[in-house]
Amino acid sequence: MNEPATPPILQVKNLNAWFGESHAVKDVSVSIPPNAVTAVIGPSGCGKSTFIRCLNRLHEEVPSAGASGEVILSGMNIYGDGVDPVGIRRKIGMVFQKPNPFPALSVFDNVVVGLKLAGIRRRSVLTDVVERSLKQAALWEEVKEKLHAPGTSLSGGQQQRLCIARALAVDPPVLLMDEPTSALDPIATAKIEELILDLKKQVTIVIVTHNMQQAARISDRTAFFLMGELVEFGETSSVFTVPKEERTERYITGKFG
Amino acid sequence: MISRNIDTGLSNLNQKLLTMAGHVEQGVECATDAWRFRNMVKIQEVYAIERRVNQCHMEVDAACVQLLALQQPMAADLRFIVSCIKINNDLERMVDLAVNIANNTEFYLQNPQAIHVDDLSQMSDEVRVMVREVLDAFVKADERLARRVLSRDDRVDAYKRKIVSDCLGEMKRDPSNIEQGMNLIFIAKNLERIGDHATNIAEDVIFSASGQDVRHSESLRKPPSEAE
Amino acid sequence: MNSAMLQNYLNEGYAKRQWLDRFMRALLLVASVIALLPLFSVLLYLFKNGLPGIQLSFFTSLPKPVGEVGGGMANALVGTCTLVSIGTLVGVPWGIATGVFLSEYGRSRFASVVRFCTDMLSSVPSIVIGLFVYALVVVPMGGFSAIAGGIALGLLMIPTVARSSEEMLRLVPTHIREAGLALGLPRWKVILRIVLRGCVSSISTGVILAVARVAGETAPLLFTALNNQHWSEGLDQPIASLPVQIYTYAISPFNEWNTQAWAGALVLVFLVFVVNILTRAFFVSDGVGRE
Repeated sequence: MNEPATPPILQVKNLNAWFGESHAVKDVSVSIPPNAVTAVIGPSGCGKSTFIRCLNRLHEEVPSAGASGEVILSGMNIYGDGVDPVGIRRKIGMVFQKPNPFPALSVFDNVVVGLKLAGIRRRSVLTDVVERSLKQAALWEEVKEKLHAPGTSLSGGQQQRLCIARALAVDPPVLLMDEPTSALDPIATAKIEELILDLKKQVTIVIVTHNMQQAARISDRTAFFLMGELVEFGETSSVFTVPKEERTERYITGKFG
Repeated sequence: MISRNIDTGLSNLNQKLLTMAGHVEQGVECATDAWRFRNMVKIQEVYAIERRVNQCHMEVDAACVQLLALQQPMAADLRFIVSCIKINNDLERMVDLAVNIANNTEFYLQNPQAIHVDDLSQMSDEVRVMVREVLDAFVKADERLARRVLSRDDRVDAYKRKIVSDCLGEMKRDPSNIEQGMNLIFIAKNLERIGDHATNIAEDVIFSASGQDVRHSESLRKPPSEAE
Repeated sequence: MNSAMLQNYLNEGYAKRQWLDRFMRALLLVASVIALLPLFSVLLYLFKNGLPGIQLSFFTSLPKPVGEVGGGMANALVGTCTLVSIGTLVGVPWGIATGVFLSEYGRSRFASVVRFCTDMLSSVPSIVIGLFVYALVVVPMGGFSAIAGGIALGLLMIPTVARSSEEMLRLVPTHIREAGLALGLPRWKVILRIVLRGCVSSISTGVILAVARVAGETAPLLFTALNNQHWSEGLDQPIASLPVQIYTYAISPFNEWNTQAWAGALVLVFLVFVVNILTRAFFVSDGVGRE
């Protein structure tokens, strides 16, 4: 299939990342299309998590970690001189492997904590954002009666959707997801997957998953990483039916290693 | 019940296959009409339809491969997709046979000599009904209707035997009938093959709907009315 | 060895192992009881000697001169509360700040020096702390005072509060911090408003245990708050405290005073106990970060 006409929302150029001496991401260049789900797959330790953590500059928060290269978000290099990673992270949200609502905060506060700590105090604004974000995360109906219960009192799947709502509350154009369903049961996983497909109308999603079938089910593009290298990147339908690279073929058919 | 991503894909596939089936039905009708009404225009129509069906054939295959590769279908979904792959093949073969009939008819019509065979009209009616019913059964996932199609196949086979022996008789009687006789035998043979593919589809519909494999088993293929 | 033989062998040794298990368990139980004995004998002794001195007047009136009947430790009770409050004001913010530094920025060489010093501070004898505050506060201020006493207690609280806060903050998983950072919040806000807030209750436990510990300190108060037989006239004046009052009365040759000292000791122990138990009941059960 042809490359889409729409320009990429995220353009990664020659991205390298290190943990101390170990070279975790090696010279990766890739263009991520807007309003689509891009899945990043690969065996454990292939650098896929490190790769997406570079996209919101969270990677550098780990001691001894370093990165070089360019990540261009709608025309701006987030690794450019004088760019504040804090501002970048408001535009590129993230959901983590384990559901991690903030302890001691209510459902309500969990959703708007980003806004509150950024100085937005107007109750009406916050209430609106809570409702919008929870609806976007398909959680509103389940929690609208207990907005003031602790976030940690929800079930695992609900907690993860709460985390998605929390990330969406600051209205980021891009949402990164680092194995968001690996700690959830199949039903909760199915709900999150459905949510992802729904969300891509509004946000661009980059999802790391160790579950190839999940990548196949929900993504439009798939990137296959191996030992820090980007081996293949293309339409999910072609990557999973006629991969261009022998190594991709071996991995997705389970003949690896 | 949560809505599933695979549902969109399945209904698209279903839609594609229905479109294709519609073309095939039309193709079979055009081919038989061409012979019956001595209509050369219908023959050209059959060729046009075949090209459309070939296009569908590839699209349906691609859709099935995508669904299998990306959605990990299970149980009813899996049976449906596997049946689609088989039905797709049968439909494509059916339209090829319709093209054969159109060819035979073209030769037949170029020759002014005529052999009168009553049963060929009835046979083509029967095959057309089979095609229509089996596609109906597929659309509605109607197991009962599919079983009825199975029983029609025996009648089609009987017609064919009758036509072949009639034609052979004519050909023996007057060797100048041989060419036309052969054309009619080919038409009957191709019609019978179309019926066989309709039967295959009926078996796949039964499998997709119930999970029961009725192929190669006389006791299982009986229509419900007889089995009861 | 086939499976039947293995089973046989295992069955043979079973009785013996079971017996050994019982013996060892009994041994552990006896050891635990022996370890608890001093605690209970101290309590028993305290009750026996202290209970006669406990009357309403003990809690309401000032100490009386030798020979007069009655008298109490009201000023010392209030004094202890005052001193502990000042100590908390000094020690807790400082201690928590240190704990935050150690847990959130604790990978530098400087941080390990800080950690080492904190540990050293906790092993400095409390009387040395008293002397230090004497030199640093009492001498410049020109006299013993409640403030000096409070500072001494506060200094004693810092290492406990710092290390317990550090531990509690470390229990908060890294991905909570990362989630905060990923929302586009600066690190200090994440720590202060999300991480710290998430373990308020467990840090409070550490704080209150530290309070309970310093409430019984005597030595650092001897050179700082001194003592006072009357109500203190201000925070810059000497102030009475339960431990010092107990010390003074206990070493006196008078029977009445000795009895009062026992009663004071009983009250002090009781207070510390109550604080400990309440803390455990309220805070420990809903610990943060335990998964």
